[in-house]
Amino acid sequence: MNTPAIQRADFAAIANWIKPGARVLDLGCGDGTLLRYLAGQRDTIGYGVEIDDARVLACVTNGVNVIQGDMERGLSGFADDSFDYVILSQTLQAVRSSEHVVREMLRVGRQGIVTFPNFGYWRNRLQVLAGNMPISNNLPFAWFDTPNIHLCTITDFESFCHGHGVRILERIVITNGKAVTLAPNLFGALAVFRFEHA
Amino acid sequence: MDQTTHPKSVGAVVPRKAQFTKPLALKCGATLGGYELAYETYGALNADKSNAVLVCHALNASHHVAGYYADDPANIGWWDNIIGPGKPLDTNRFCVIGVNNLGGCFGSTGPSSINPATGHPWGADFPLVTVEDWVTTQACLADQLGIERFAAIMGGSLGAMQALSWTIQYPDRLGHAIVIACAPNLSAQNIAFNEVARQAIITDPDFHGGHYYGQDTRPTRGLRVARMVGHITYLSDDEMASKFGRQLRHGRLNYTFGVEFEIESYLSHQADKFADYFDANTYLRITKALDYFDPAAAHGGNLSLALEPATASFLVVSFTTDWRFSPERSREIIKALLDNRRAVTYAEIDAPHGHDAFLLDDARYHGLVGAYFNRISAEISA
Repeated sequence: MNTPAIQRADFAAIANWIKPGARVLDLGCGDGTLLRYLAGQRDTIGYGVEIDDARVLACVTNGVNVIQGDMERGLSGFADDSFDYVILSQTLQAVRSSEHVVREMLRVGRQGIVTFPNFGYWRNRLQVLAGNMPISNNLPFAWFDTPNIHLCTITDFESFCHGHGVRILERIVITNGKAVTLAPNLFGALAVFRFEHA
Repeated sequence: MDQTTHPKSVGAVVPRKAQFTKPLALKCGATLGGYELAYETYGALNADKSNAVLVCHALNASHHVAGYYADDPANIGWWDNIIGPGKPLDTNRFCVIGVNNLGGCFGSTGPSSINPATGHPWGADFPLVTVEDWVTTQACLADQLGIERFAAIMGGSLGAMQALSWTIQYPDRLGHAIVIACAPNLSAQNIAFNEVARQAIITDPDFHGGHYYGQDTRPTRGLRVARMVGHITYLSDDEMASKFGRQLRHGRLNYTFGVEFEIESYLSHQADKFADYFDANTYLRITKALDYFDPAAAHGGNLSLALEPATASFLVVSFTTDWRFSPERSREIIKALLDNRRAVTYAEIDAPHGHDAFLLDDARYHGLVGAYFNRISAEISA
């Protein structure tokens, strides 16, 4: 789990991008914190998709619309272009088929927003160099019990978009709650991208 | 209210009757000159009458939703595990109303009531009623009770169909619809099961074409078979396997047609119980109401169009092992609600019990319903 400071930075970046009153779908929405934040900040109409019982219950308690289901088994219940934004917050690295999920995001939504821990962050590189899989605020799991199966760097994601007909509209890179502009693939812990069909 | 400490009963309850003299035009074309509805209420209606919750019943249930009768303490309401002080639908905060549907056999006007035109029981002449007709009469009851708008309307199975229909027929008269183990219409397989049940009743020689009330007999054999068929469909294969498996009643095969397997004994017991208290003409009509329900039909099969008038917020719940009203069917409802940009929460409860899960006490399921009602309660007091 992320520290609240990092989470707020992530959320604030997303909120800044989202038009007031927009329709938002949050995949893997957890307890609905982001959707609630966006509803408060941007007056959005939001829905979450979440598979876990306890998190679905938390969404209900938080007053957030949630559809229980496995987003990887498809967003078939959602019509084409039915959302302004589809968000995948800190989940891209944990999905089985990243390609499929990104494709579905852009089918259901006009734009996609993803955030993910940058594997190229220097602290991660240092740990790998020292001979270990990295463990950090953004990557808090040991290799044997991590949900993260598709870790990537900022550069990796950008070339993925290039190769999959996805146009990146905006990018913000964050470390310890602050925006990073210098050598982001090295100094950035968390990446946030907004994109659409090329 | 703390829901974890000793959930209690609403206590002894008293059924009431409401009279309606305004003629009721039914969907089938017939008109009823007047009718009665049996109902019960639990919890106090607040000053601005904003805390009323209507609970709609499914196939074989009634207005006796919670509590017990002083003269019959064993007769506990059919959804008592979810309704009461400190329970998920908390009667300390909500005024809950249960109603026996028109055509029923527990006090509301139905086939066993006297037909004023003949002075004899209606029997086969009682018209076929629909989910929409029930909702219309429930709205008339709300009028009589001075309830302009329900905080929520909740139901499971056929009861959920009524909640769904409310959102279409009277969108302004409810804040929330709680739609549990529902389907937007019956599948061919579902209709087929209902038809087997009906044929069992209709072909019972004691049925007398539906006019058995004066014959000093009842089509109990048909009702028994009907109930057995129904019951099989309410349970999952796994649940039956784990509950009964191939266990033998007497430890060995007897090579007879008597009860040999435990499952046969169970079905026989359920059938006896049911045939004892339920009316065959009512059963026929309720299965027909199920078959007919299809709000999308008037819109070329488009459920999204059918649900366009709905303004309520929805909680939709399905159960993974419910093969009669499967999660896929609930997802059709979700899709239509999303198409209409309605507020909706959907939960798929991983429960082993099949369709009957909606009546059972499951911590995840009840926790969710409780959390949702907390939300409604907060809205009311805001």
